[in-house]
Amino acid sequence: MAVTDLPRGLTQERPRGTWVERIPVAYWVVGVILVLMPLLANDFILYQVFGWAFILGMIALSLMFLAGYGGMVSLVQMSVAGMAGYMVAIFGTSAIDTISLGWAWYVAIPVAILVAVIFGTLAGALAVRTEGIYTIMITLAIASAFFYFTRQNYIIFNGFSGFNGVLPPQLFGVDWREAVPFYYLTLFWAFVAYCAVLYVSRAPFGLALQGVRDNPRRMRALGFNVTAHRIAAYSFAAAIAGVAGILLTWQSAQISPGTAGVGPVIDILIIAVVGGLRHPVGPFIGALIYVVLSTFAIDILVGLGLGAERFRLLIGLGFLLIVFFSPDGVLGLYRQWRESRRRDPLAGGDGP
Amino acid sequence: MRRFVDRNPFWSLVILIIIAALVWAIFAVWPKWLVEIVGRKKIFLNALFNGITLGALYFLVASGFTLIFGLMRNVNLAHGSLYLFGGYLGYEIAEGTGYWLLAFPITFLIVAALGVLLQIVVFRRMEGQDLRQTLVTIGISIVLADLMLWIWGGDFYQVLPPEWLSGPVETFFVTGVKRRTAELIYLKYPLVRLAILAAAIVIGVGMWLLLNRTRIGMLIRAGVDDREMLTATGVNIQLVFVGVFAFGAGLAGVAGVVGGTFQSMAPGEDTRFLLASLVVVIVGGMGSIPGAALGALLIGLAEQFGSVYMPTYAVVLTFLIMVLVLAFRPQGILGQA
Repeated sequence: MAVTDLPRGLTQERPRGTWVERIPVAYWVVGVILVLMPLLANDFILYQVFGWAFILGMIALSLMFLAGYGGMVSLVQMSVAGMAGYMVAIFGTSAIDTISLGWAWYVAIPVAILVAVIFGTLAGALAVRTEGIYTIMITLAIASAFFYFTRQNYIIFNGFSGFNGVLPPQLFGVDWREAVPFYYLTLFWAFVAYCAVLYVSRAPFGLALQGVRDNPRRMRALGFNVTAHRIAAYSFAAAIAGVAGILLTWQSAQISPGTAGVGPVIDILIIAVVGGLRHPVGPFIGALIYVVLSTFAIDILVGLGLGAERFRLLIGLGFLLIVFFSPDGVLGLYRQWRESRRRDPLAGGDGP
Repeated sequence: MRRFVDRNPFWSLVILIIIAALVWAIFAVWPKWLVEIVGRKKIFLNALFNGITLGALYFLVASGFTLIFGLMRNVNLAHGSLYLFGGYLGYEIAEGTGYWLLAFPITFLIVAALGVLLQIVVFRRMEGQDLRQTLVTIGISIVLADLMLWIWGGDFYQVLPPEWLSGPVETFFVTGVKRRTAELIYLKYPLVRLAILAAAIVIGVGMWLLLNRTRIGMLIRAGVDDREMLTATGVNIQLVFVGVFAFGAGLAGVAGVVGGTFQSMAPGEDTRFLLASLVVVIVGGMGSIPGAALGALLIGLAEQFGSVYMPTYAVVLTFLIMVLVLAFRPQGILGQA
C-alpha cells in the first residue's frame, strides 16, 4: 500500500548510485521480456492478447488510480475511453464520412483527449458530491446514460451502428495496425501511463490525494481543498482513459455504443479488482488474465465439457472467488503467499 | 407539510398550480387548441396511466432495495437478478399449476429464502466492507445472469394473467366527445394493470404501517438510525437483518412476477431493473420508503411521457432527472442529509 511505502522512502537514506541502478531487477527482467516479445510470440498473440491487454490495463489503471489513491471507485472510466474513441472518429476520419470532419490527426487526437478529459471532469464533479458506495452507483448511472445516449443519438454519435473504419495515421510510413508496430505503440503508452501514475502518486498532489482518501476531514482542516483534489484526480484519470480509448478504437477500427455498454464498464472494474487496487501494476495483471481467459475460454470450456457461451459464468465465478478470498486481488494473494513463506512454520511469527 | 408551506411559500404555490393544471388536464374535455399543441387526450392519459403503473412496478423493486440499504448499508447489486429470477419462477409456477395467484406467494418464499442465503453466506461475513460487498454482489449477479441464460435461454417469457383479469375495462376518465351524438368517450384500460397498481399501493401502505405502527417496524427504524445502540439494548440485530433481507428479496421476486405479467422476461431485464432501482432510490433518497414511492412515480412517468413525446431520448430523460436531483439535493428528494 502506498501509505506504508511512503515512510520507508522518506526515512531511509538515499541508496547510492544513479537512478538507473536503483531500478529493481524485476523491472529490468519484465521490461526486456516485453521489448523482446515480438521475437517470441506470433502476430495474433501480439495484437489480440498483448495489445488488448495493455489497452484494457490502461483503462483499469485509471480506475485503480481513482480507487487506490483517491478512494473513489468510478465506473465511468470506460465511458471516458469511449468518448475519446468517438471523438477521434468524429473529428478525424472514418467510413461514416457524412459525420466525420476529417481533421488532421495532430488536431483530432488532442481535441479528442481534451473532450474526454472535460467529460471525465464533469462526471467527476458530479460524482464527488457523494461518497463511498454512492459513487459507484452514480458513476454506473452516468455510464449507462452515456451508453443509451450514444445509442439513440444519430446526429453526432451515429446511433446503434457507431463508426467503423477509424484507422490510425500512417506516421513515419508505418502502418500502425500491423501487429508489431501496434504492440510497441500500446506498450509505449501503457509504460507512459504506468510511469505517470507512479510519479503522480509520489508527487505532492498524489500524497495530498491519499491524505484525502484516508481522512478528508483532517485534510480539510489542514487547508486542502478536498473537492478540488478529487476532481483533479478524475481529470488525470480521464486523460489516461482517453488515450486508451483512442487506442482501443484503432485496435478494432470501430467504435459503437456497445464498446462502453454496461457489460464492458463492469469488466473494467473486474479487471482492476482481480489485478489488485493497491499498486499500478495490478490492472495490467488483471487485464492480461481477463484477455487470456476471454481469448482461450472456448478451449477451456470445451475441455470442461461445457458450451463456449458459458464464458461469462467462468469470468463471474473467477471474479467471485478472488474477491471472496482476497480483497486485494492477485497482488494480495501474492503478498499473502510471500508472508506465509516468511513465517516460521514451527514457532509462528516472523522468521529470521 | 405545513412547515414546508410556511418555509417555501413560492414553491408551494408553484406545486399547487401544477397539481391543479394536472387535475384539470385529467378530468376536463380538452379544448381544440390544447389538442393541437400536445396531441390527443387519449395519448396523454394512456402515457399517464402507463407511467403510474410502471412507477408501481419500480416501487416494488426499489422498495426492497432501499429498505435493505437503509438498514444494513448493504448495496445489493444482485437485486436485479433476484427480480429476473422471480419472474422466471413465476412463469414456471403459473404455467405448471395453472394458477396465476399461486405464483406470488411461492415466488416470494423461494426468492426470500435465496435472500436469507445471501445474507448469511455473503453479507454477514463482510459487514461494514462496502466495496467488497458491492464487488461480491456484482460477481453474484454475473453468475446468476449466466445461469438463468443457461436454464431459460434468450427467449422472451410472458406470464399470462387469468381470464378474469384480462381484457380492458372502461374507466371514468373522459378522453373526448363523439362529434355526432355529443356523447362522452371514456378511456379503456387493461384491468390487470389497474390490479397491479392497486396491489402496489396496498403493499406500499402496508409497508408504511408495518414500519411506523408495529414493534418490528420500530426495531427496523431504530436499526436504521443507530445500529450499535439497538444492539446494546439486547436486540438480536442479526435476526432483524435476515428478516429484512428476506422481505426485500421476496419483494423483488414478486415484482418479477408482476413485471413478467405486464411486460416480459428476458436476459438483460436484470440490469435494466437494477439501474432503474438505483436511479429511483438516488432520486427519492436512500433508505426512505416514501422516497422510493415518489422516485418510482417520477421515473415511471418520465419514461412513459418521454417515450410518447420525445421518443429518441426517453431513456436519457430519467438520467437527466437524476443528475438534476444530485446537483441540487445530493441526498435525494426525501432523503435525510
